[in-house]
Amino acid sequence: MLQLQNISWVLPSGEEILKDVSLTVPKGKLTVVTGPNGGGKTSLAKIIAGLETPTSGKIFFDGEDITGLDTTERAQKGISYAFQQPVRFKGLSVRDLLELSAGKKLMEADYCELLGSVGLCAHDYIDREVNASLSGGEIKRIEIATVLARNTRLSVFDEPEAGIDLWSFSGLIDVFQQQKNNEHSMLIISHQERILQIADEIIVIADGKVRTSGSKEEVLPGLLEGEKANQCPLGKEV
Amino acid sequence: MKNITEKLLEMVSDWKGAFNGAYNIREDGQCAGRQSSPNIQIDSKEDGPGLVIHIKPGTQKETVYIPACVTHGDVNDLVYNDFYVGEGADVTIVAGCGVHNDSEEEARHNGIHRFFLEKGAHVLYREKHIGTGNGAGLKRIDPVTDIYLKEDAVMEMDTTQIGGVDSTLRKTNAVLQARAKLIIHEHLMTNGHETAKTDFAVDLNGEDCGVDLISRSVARDFSHQEYHSQINGNARCTGHSECDAILVGNGTVNASPDLYAGHIDASLIHEAAIGKIAGEQILKLKTLGLTEEQAEEKIIEGFLKG
Repeated sequence: MLQLQNISWVLPSGEEILKDVSLTVPKGKLTVVTGPNGGGKTSLAKIIAGLETPTSGKIFFDGEDITGLDTTERAQKGISYAFQQPVRFKGLSVRDLLELSAGKKLMEADYCELLGSVGLCAHDYIDREVNASLSGGEIKRIEIATVLARNTRLSVFDEPEAGIDLWSFSGLIDVFQQQKNNEHSMLIISHQERILQIADEIIVIADGKVRTSGSKEEVLPGLLEGEKANQCPLGKEV
Repeated sequence: MKNITEKLLEMVSDWKGAFNGAYNIREDGQCAGRQSSPNIQIDSKEDGPGLVIHIKPGTQKETVYIPACVTHGDVNDLVYNDFYVGEGADVTIVAGCGVHNDSEEEARHNGIHRFFLEKGAHVLYREKHIGTGNGAGLKRIDPVTDIYLKEDAVMEMDTTQIGGVDSTLRKTNAVLQARAKLIIHEHLMTNGHETAKTDFAVDLNGEDCGVDLISRSVARDFSHQEYHSQINGNARCTGHSECDAILVGNGTVNASPDLYAGHIDASLIHEAAIGKIAGEQILKLKTLGLTEEQAEEKIIEGFLKG
């Protein structure tokens, strides 16, 4: 489904964010990318969605080389991306944003289903502006709903659990499990153990590299090994 | 009525071949149609051009339309319309203005509207301005709105001008008595070399009265906008003004809000933000499959609508 080959990303300052990352997100599976803060996970997601351009390497989506495509073209090909820190819009309502996401007019029942699946009542939110009046948790749920509304072949979620309260979290887990099917693949960046538990595949990114990857059963038991020595925030051993 | 007038009416008011309710249609300075209703009386002003509109106390959920259209150049239309809204009435007033100019001469409409709301009256005032036509002659609309709110009266003013008007000077003045509320939403867009000046002056004179003034504007191309608001809190009151402007191309905006607190319990706030469209907003919409141009249009459309 999605293949990254030898992706490297170096900032103009010379700092290496990603170093020769190769990985595969299999079709119809839920792949969770995890690892320490500052390890390059969000950069990886942005490179997949086309928000950043890698310095070298190739990206293939269903066999097609999409490395040279911009964000819009990748979105039109079927890649969705839920921002870690959702964007606020003065003037655009939740209805506007979901309709833009779906690319068509939606019925009231569609709004109820989309917003209901992220724990929001459509009646209360549909005409609210996606502006600063929404709390961090509310806007995060709406961000997730925009990706659900697109219903594309690949969805990338960057820390979807951030800001979501414990009570709504079970519902979110259910949504991810329902989304997982033969037509739909997911890549979720997460530190949350319950999300790791529903993963098919786990990839650990640390210090800009793939530290380990494989099935949940292979990776999860040894996940925290080797972390204790990394006390420096830059991930360097001290 | 001319075809161009009908087209302008469709753009600036709810015209669909007829109005449902009391109305007066002004075309190139002349009356092109008038109808009063049992509760809303429309008469010509005796001492000059314009109308006197009396709305009976207690009138509920009626609408009165007073659109004005200028259809060619070399017209300088000046009109004075006075609205007297009776105690406890709850009505909608629609006052669009369309100026069409295919000639080399200037076409101008200058509407001076005064609103006198009695105790407890509620008015939703909708005003939409537009300029059309390809003549070199300037299209100008210079509205003046004077608002007098007695105790517990509420006026909601929704004013929109989306392009096509070369030059506009918009003056809005209001005086509020106790517990009166004024809510203004202004939506402005300028293109090309257009200029728009908007000037609000609100005197909060009665205890617990309040104003909420929200102006959103987009300055595109080489257009220029100036925003000025003066809110005077002369009693225990609340005043809030918010001026947001988006710059596109080489548009320029000058915003100068003034707040004056003349009472210890006057609570006044101003917020202003001017800048280009945030890059992350465009990026988000690109991740939904929109091109950069489509994203920009949607962001502006939503911004001006809100």
